[in-house]
Amino acid sequence: MNGLPLYPNDVFGENTGMLLGTLIGMAFGFTLERAGFGRAPVLAAQFYLTDTRVFKVMFSAIVTAAVGIGVLSGFGALDLAMITVPETFVAPQIVGGLVFGAGFIVSGLCPGTSIVAAASGNLDGLVTYVGVILGSVIFGLVYPALEGFYLSGALGVVRLDTALSLPFGALAFGVFLMAAGCFLVAEKLERIFSARAGRDAPPGQSRTRNGAIAALATAAVVALVGGFVHKHEAPVAQAAAIAPAPVKAAAATRRTASTPSKDAPAAGSAPAPSAAPVVAPQGAPRKGGGC
Amino acid sequence: MKDTPATQTPIWNPYVAGFVLGLVLLGSFVIMGFGLGGSGAANRLGIAACDLVAPAATEGNAYFGQFAGAGKRVLHDWLVWEALGVFLGGVLASYSAGRSSLGVLRSEGVSVAQRLAFALGGGVLMGVAARIARGCTSGQALTGGAVLSAGSWMFMMAVFAGGYLVAPLVRRQWR
Repeated sequence: MNGLPLYPNDVFGENTGMLLGTLIGMAFGFTLERAGFGRAPVLAAQFYLTDTRVFKVMFSAIVTAAVGIGVLSGFGALDLAMITVPETFVAPQIVGGLVFGAGFIVSGLCPGTSIVAAASGNLDGLVTYVGVILGSVIFGLVYPALEGFYLSGALGVVRLDTALSLPFGALAFGVFLMAAGCFLVAEKLERIFSARAGRDAPPGQSRTRNGAIAALATAAVVALVGGFVHKHEAPVAQAAAIAPAPVKAAAATRRTASTPSKDAPAAGSAPAPSAAPVVAPQGAPRKGGGC
Repeated sequence: MKDTPATQTPIWNPYVAGFVLGLVLLGSFVIMGFGLGGSGAANRLGIAACDLVAPAATEGNAYFGQFAGAGKRVLHDWLVWEALGVFLGGVLASYSAGRSSLGVLRSEGVSVAQRLAFALGGGVLMGVAARIARGCTSGQALTGGAVLSAGSWMFMMAVFAGGYLVAPLVRRQWR
C-alpha cells in the first residue's frame, strides 16, 4: 500500500519527471482554455460579478482534488506525508494576495491563464506574461529592501486539517459543503449583477451544478469516512532529507514537504537541499508506509 | 462581448471544467507529489535572462543567487517544463476549438495601446506579488488550497479582496 505519489517513491527518475511535467502542463493548459480562461474578459467578469466562472471552476477544482486526496489517503493508497504543501508566511501572503488581486483585474489574466491566452494568439496574454517576468526581476532587484518583510510571519507548513486535529477527509468534506453553498450564492449574485449591467446572465447551469454537487458529495462522504477509518499518524518531522535528485530538492524548497519542519523559514526560495524533507522516514519507501 | 461564431467549439460548463481541472491537479499530486504552478517559470526565465546579460551581478544578488550560479541550472526545473506544457496545451485547445487568432482582446472602452499597457502593468504587479507570496493562483490558490495550506487560503481570499477593491477603478477597460 501507500505506493502513491509515484515520484517520491522513486518509481521514475528526474528526466521522466520533467517529461511528465510537460504532459501534466499540457492537460492543465488544455483545460484552462476549454474553461474559457484564454480570454481576459471572461476572467475579468468575475470581479464585476456578471459571470462568476472563475470562482466556480477554481472551487470545483479545489474540491475535486482535495476530496480525491482525502479518499486516496484515507484508504491508504496515497501517503499524505509525501505531498508537498506550500509553507505559510502570514503577512507576505496576505499582502502579496492583495497586490496580486489588483494585478489580476488590471490585466484580466493571471500568470497561468496568460500563457494560455498567449497560446490562443491573444497578445495581451503574451504581454501579461512578459510583465510577470519583469515583476519577478523587479522583486529580485529590490529583494534586499524586502527581505525582512519577505521572511516575516513564517509558520512553516500549516495544514488546516492538522491544525484542527481533524482527518484530511473531514476537512475536504467541509470544503465541499462550503463550495456547494457558495455556488448557489454565486449564481444568485451573477443574475443580479448581470441584470444591473444590462447583460444576459450566464446560461442556467443548475442541472450540471446539481450533478457535480451530487458526485462530489458522494466522493466527499467517502473521504470523510476514509478519514476516520484510516487514522493518519501525524507527519513526523525529521532531520535528514532523502532527496538526491535536484528536482526533488527544488520541489522541496519551493513548496516544502508536509512535514512541519520549522527549521527553514527561508526554504520557500532557497534551494537548500537539506532544508525540507519530502520523502517519508522509511528508508526504502516503495514498500514502506504505515497502512 | 462578441457572440461566439458557430465554428467555435463552445467553452465547457464551469463545473465540468473545474472537475476536469481538479482531476489534472489530483493527477499531479498522485504522480509527482506536488501540484501545479504558473509564475515559477516566469521567475526562472527572468533570472536566466539576467544571468545571460549580467552573470556576475545576477549571481551576486541575494535572491537570484539562490537560483543561478555555478552548478545551478536555472531553467532545468519542473515548473519550466510544466509551463511549456501549459503553452502547448493552450495551443492545442484553442486551435482545435477554432478560437486561435492573433490579436489583442479588448473592449470598446480602451485602445490597443491602453489594453497592452494594462496587461503589462497587471503582469508586473502579479510578478512582484507572486514572489512575495511564494506562488500565484496556480501554485498557491489552486494547489495550496487543495492540500489545505493555511497560507494558501489566506492568499486566495486576499486575491479576491484585492481584485474587488481595484475592479471599480478599471471598469472602463472591460466595458
